Amino acid sequence: MTSLTLVRRIKARPSIVFDALTTPEGIACWWGPDDGPVLVAETDPQVGGRFRVRFRMLDGSEHESTGEYLEVVRPERLSMTWRWTGGAEDPGESLVEIRLRAVAEGTELTFTHSRLRDEATRRSHEEGWSGALDKLARHFLAIEQSSP
Amino acid sequence: MVNYNERLDRIFAALVDPTRRAILARLEREDSASISALAQPFAIKLPAVMKHLDVLDDAGLITRSKLGRTVTVRLRPEPMREAMDWLRRYERFWSKRLDRLASYAESKEAEARKKRQ
Repeated sequence: MTSLTLVRRIKARPSIVFDALTTPEGIACWWGPDDGPVLVAETDPQVGGRFRVRFRMLDGSEHESTGEYLEVVRPERLSMTWRWTGGAEDPGESLVEIRLRAVAEGTELTFTHSRLRDEATRRSHEEGWSGALDKLARHFLAIEQSSP
Repeated sequence: MVNYNERLDRIFAALVDPTRRAILARLEREDSASISALAQPFAIKLPAVMKHLDVLDDAGLITRSKLGRTVTVRLRPEPMREAMDWLRRYERFWSKRLDRLASYAESKEAEARKKRQ
């Protein structure tokens, strides 16, 4: 759970999905929260290039994330470092990896956000505590629900 | 006062170590245990166990209470929940965005097909 993987099937070809992920125009349409605007979207999708995206929530708070592209292979693979900037809650640099696979209906997108809690977390994830943590969390939820 | 991020760092750092995870797992099963009972399954000396318990205590993951000469250790679930919530926030964040990305890409695909016709 310190790394998070989500899979989506999208009815669009991989190159269209890839461009939605990497162009400012595309990012402006999905990166922000529901009903909140994307204020800044800058990308330079090449290895070593950087991105910067800033958006505003409905409560008025603004959030910005930046990072560096580590891997850009249109239309299959995209990875980049990720960091929240300018806010009080900076949990350090993490890693976003996206894989696009052509399937009959369009594209299967596999999204992974890892190293969510720096080095210590990454190591702990490799040691496999995520399952243990899940189990403990379920246990506590069960206690909560059964307590009067 | 320890801020939110420091607290999370302590929780995650505490959970890195396999001995500490084993202690937590045991406390989950048994509700409470004395320090000597906790130390028993491990091939480490009591002071080493005490150090692990200090780390877990600093992270707020356990409580220790002393009655006579026996110290009883119990699990404290709140910090674990806090750590899980933190991770779930990321999941929600991306889940929403990927849904929006999908509908955006699908509208672009529809446009591209229309142009070709």
